[in-house]
Amino acid sequence: MRNGSKAPREPAFKVEGLTKVFGTGHSAVHALRGVDLDIPAGELVVLLGPSGSGKSTLLNILGGLDHATEGRVRFFKEELTAMNDAQLTRYRRRDVGFVFQFYNLMPSLTARENVELVTEIASDPLDPAEALALVGLTERLDHFPAQLSGGEQQRVAIARAVAKRPTVLFCDEPTGALDIRTGRSVLRVLQDVNTQTGATVVIITHAAATAEMADRVIDFADGRVREISVNEAKVSAEQIQW
Amino acid sequence: MSPLDHKLLRDLWRIKGQAAAIAVVIAVGVLLLVMMDGLVNSLVETKTAYYERYRLADVFASVTRAPRRTLDDLAAIPGVAAVEGRVNGAALIDLPGQQVPIRAQAVSVPEFRAPALNDDYLAAGRAIDPARQDQILLLEGFANAHGLVPGDALTVTMNGARRTLEIAGLAQSPEFLYTTPPGELAPDDARFAVIWMNEKALQAAFDLEGAFNEALLALGRDARLPAVLEAVDRILRPFGGTGAYGVENQMSNRFLTEEINSLRASSRAVPPIFLTVAAFLLYIVISRMIESEREQVGLLKAFGYSSAGIGLHYLKFVLAIAMTGAALGCLLGIVSGINVAEFYRAYYKFPFLLFRVDPAAFITGFIVSVLTASAGSFIVLRRVFALAPATAMRPPAPADYSRSERLGGVFRALLDQPSRMVARRLIRQPVRSLASTAGIGAGMALSVAMLSLMGGFDRTLMLNFSVIDRSDVTVTFTQPLGSDAIYALQRMEGVLVVEPFRNVSAVLRNGLHTYRGAINGLVAEPELNRAVDADMEAIYIRDDGIILAEALAEILRIAPGEMLTVEIQEGTRPVLQLPVAGVARSLLGSPAYFELGALNHSLGEQNRVSGAHLRIDGAYGDVIYDLLKNMPAVAGVSLKSDARASFETLMDTGAGAIRYIMAAIAGIITFGIVYNSAQIAFAERERDLASLRVIGFTKGEAAFVLLGELAVITVVALPVGSVLGYYMSAAIAAGFSTDLYRIPTIFVPSSYGTAAIAVLAAAIVSGWLVKRNVDRIDPVAALKTRG
Ligand SMILES: Nc1ncnc2c1ncn2[C@@H]1O[C@H](COP(=O)(O)OP(=O)(O)O)[C@@H](O)[C@H]1O
Ligand SMILES: [Mg+2]
Repeated sequence: MRNGSKAPREPAFKVEGLTKVFGTGHSAVHALRGVDLDIPAGELVVLLGPSGSGKSTLLNILGGLDHATEGRVRFFKEELTAMNDAQLTRYRRRDVGFVFQFYNLMPSLTARENVELVTEIASDPLDPAEALALVGLTERLDHFPAQLSGGEQQRVAIARAVAKRPTVLFCDEPTGALDIRTGRSVLRVLQDVNTQTGATVVIITHAAATAEMADRVIDFADGRVREISVNEAKVSAEQIQW
Repeated sequence: MSPLDHKLLRDLWRIKGQAAAIAVVIAVGVLLLVMMDGLVNSLVETKTAYYERYRLADVFASVTRAPRRTLDDLAAIPGVAAVEGRVNGAALIDLPGQQVPIRAQAVSVPEFRAPALNDDYLAAGRAIDPARQDQILLLEGFANAHGLVPGDALTVTMNGARRTLEIAGLAQSPEFLYTTPPGELAPDDARFAVIWMNEKALQAAFDLEGAFNEALLALGRDARLPAVLEAVDRILRPFGGTGAYGVENQMSNRFLTEEINSLRASSRAVPPIFLTVAAFLLYIVISRMIESEREQVGLLKAFGYSSAGIGLHYLKFVLAIAMTGAALGCLLGIVSGINVAEFYRAYYKFPFLLFRVDPAAFITGFIVSVLTASAGSFIVLRRVFALAPATAMRPPAPADYSRSERLGGVFRALLDQPSRMVARRLIRQPVRSLASTAGIGAGMALSVAMLSLMGGFDRTLMLNFSVIDRSDVTVTFTQPLGSDAIYALQRMEGVLVVEPFRNVSAVLRNGLHTYRGAINGLVAEPELNRAVDADMEAIYIRDDGIILAEALAEILRIAPGEMLTVEIQEGTRPVLQLPVAGVARSLLGSPAYFELGALNHSLGEQNRVSGAHLRIDGAYGDVIYDLLKNMPAVAGVSLKSDARASFETLMDTGAGAIRYIMAAIAGIITFGIVYNSAQIAFAERERDLASLRVIGFTKGEAAFVLLGELAVITVVALPVGSVLGYYMSAAIAAGFSTDLYRIPTIFVPSSYGTAAIAVLAAAIVSGWLVKRNVDRIDPVAALKTRG
């Protein structure tokens, strides 16, 4: 486990001069325009910023889902930006849990099977039912995504991400579609994963209040980091004021 | 079971209708392959076994009269394993109610033993009683055609003497699987008979006591046929031998071999075309199916599944469909193969059938299905794997509207919103639109080709019996006669035109290429039985050279201007060197025309004719038939209507019959392709259509967006299918042509019209089926899940 005391931590990610350009010519979109930041291991980090500012793009690159145009990303001792596809696949399989903005469940698999899809190839996973219990889904294990509400689908997606006991957990707007109460309980799960397994957790959110539970808040705008603030007075998810 | 396997099974179940439709198309492609292979193999196997069991001779030799002791000399020829001598004579059967006497062949059966060669198979009744000289076995096919049964009496004229014989039993023989009336091409059970009769009785009837007029020889394993033929000819020449020939030139065997070869040719030419079309569809549909799984592939990659693992998953998915299709095809291929083979067994009159399929047919079917399905998935997967998972997972690639925007002004002016959506999608995804067009086009081409083939068969008959042969009756004489015979015919009341001919059997040789056939001597400007060129214009018969049927020119690899060696097989058996003066379009048979006078001259004879074509006044028909029947020199009278009917039967029941099955399969494939194109388009657009419904489009408008696309693609596919179909029909017609008849590649407009209507009908039915799916879309459920 890479958790430790509150003492100075080794960075899980070290990002230097990261840029990402989609497309070419005059239709090119500069999603990231030179991002430098460190994400200490074991922290819960919240990424804030207006829509289109490049948050998802950053998360995708950190998660090994996309290639950077320029710049470097180090994950502990390894350099993600230098990895080939096979190495990135291994990295994703071994270390990364992802909660996507659009749930991304397999429509033809039940809730439990969607979780199994990940635990199947993980080395020391939770029991899928246990992972689903963690997000409060004990009743609906054998329902298909189409039979679940948006919030329930999102919770399956979170169970799927935490079930593998990832080293890093990325969540792209995990509460965007949820009501306050459910949103809170989802955040609570993420916080528990962070504290209990020591996983580094990065959450993108529009709800600035979420920042109250973070160790560190990264404010994003226009493809750049605008400000990074360290939160000295972390609160638990239940105490967040919406 | 792993969750991926769950996904596999559920996805297969979800698309079961479509999967079944794809599997059926592949299945019928494989079915045709397996069926044709099974048919050809079984016929060859059965034929071989039948020949062996009933000891069909390897060499046949006719003589005028040879003493039986000559058989010992024949048996002493190196390589000869068995010898039989028999009497084989011409007979005429008079059946009550038949206007024309029926020609027959009478062969002798030894009194107290089975024949050493050319045994017969007793199908009904009893064997001949050796003590009775008036009992016969009658060829079963002939007996059945006339309702004759054992115990019936038969009036037979042999060597001028009329006798009444009793039918003891009905027999079949590998020697007489095909019985073709002399001078005709197509076999006809009803108009030619074989009778087996006591040897002593037949010897007496043909003045051949203690002698034989036909020798049969079986060869040992390492005998050399040409050497044996030469030795036989040497021994029999003093007795009037007319030249020994191998079983490959035996009438029935030659015909049967030709039929089987023709089936083999079509089994090689046609199923691959069908299978290619089916494989093409499989490729298109599979690649589009995998394409629609793009986001899920991206998701699996995001979880850390390796490309190999994902590839394997989708390989299982497509193989489940392709192999089910292939397996189904093999199974149905065997079932239909057995049925079709049984049909041919009855038609070729084999007493039994050995069914066998070459494993290569199954393997080919599987390999083609598996390869195209895997290619379809791998090519798409490779493209998806090349994308970063983040990109693959994004909802369908941001559409590039720029291509259609250039036409934007036109669109807005001319089309309403749903029509613009149809047009945009077609233009935005040109490769996909073209593939669909090509797929439907290929399906239509198959139907066009099969319909043209049908037209080709009809055309062949029509041309032969109206343009080439314009006679009403053809008379053949027992031996070549002088011009008196022609005058006699001309004098008959009701006979309008008499056109004499002389047919002389001959071996045609050009270097290594030989053909055992006949020279057809015709008058210089024939009216009733003509030679025609490719444009169906009459060709005048030449006295300075031979005009060959194109089929024959091909076999002999000879062109006009080159010299042909003609070894005449009659009389003094001269060997002639004659130039090829031209090539005629022949549809039936493989004639070699020479001017009658010149032919006689080269034989050292004058004004000899072997028969005549007649045009008659229909009102005198019965009188003329009656007169002909009583002319002693007349060996046979054939009516064109009979000959035509025989040919029609041959084409509909012989090797050509398979075209009906192929046409049905072509229809299934055509429909399958159109239906699949519609289904896959629906599957790809289901979510878009749901969105349209959500934002207020009516069911009709949503369906229009989908069906409009199908309609455009279908309409564009019609000309594509027509052009493809033209070339495909050439290939298929060639596969169906035989030595005996040629199927021309003809442009039959109705084939194209019919195929187009079939495609449109298939599109309408498919459209209707898909429309029901569109109506059933639950907008909320469809939009609720992503991925
Ligand atoms: N695959 C892509 N192709 C083209 N442009 C993209 C792609 N992904 C993201 N973008 C663009 O990059 C910018 C940043 O997007 P994103 O990272 O999703 O923003 P955020 O998550 O902060 O809302 C946006 O302008 C978006 O349109
Ligand atoms: Mg985003």
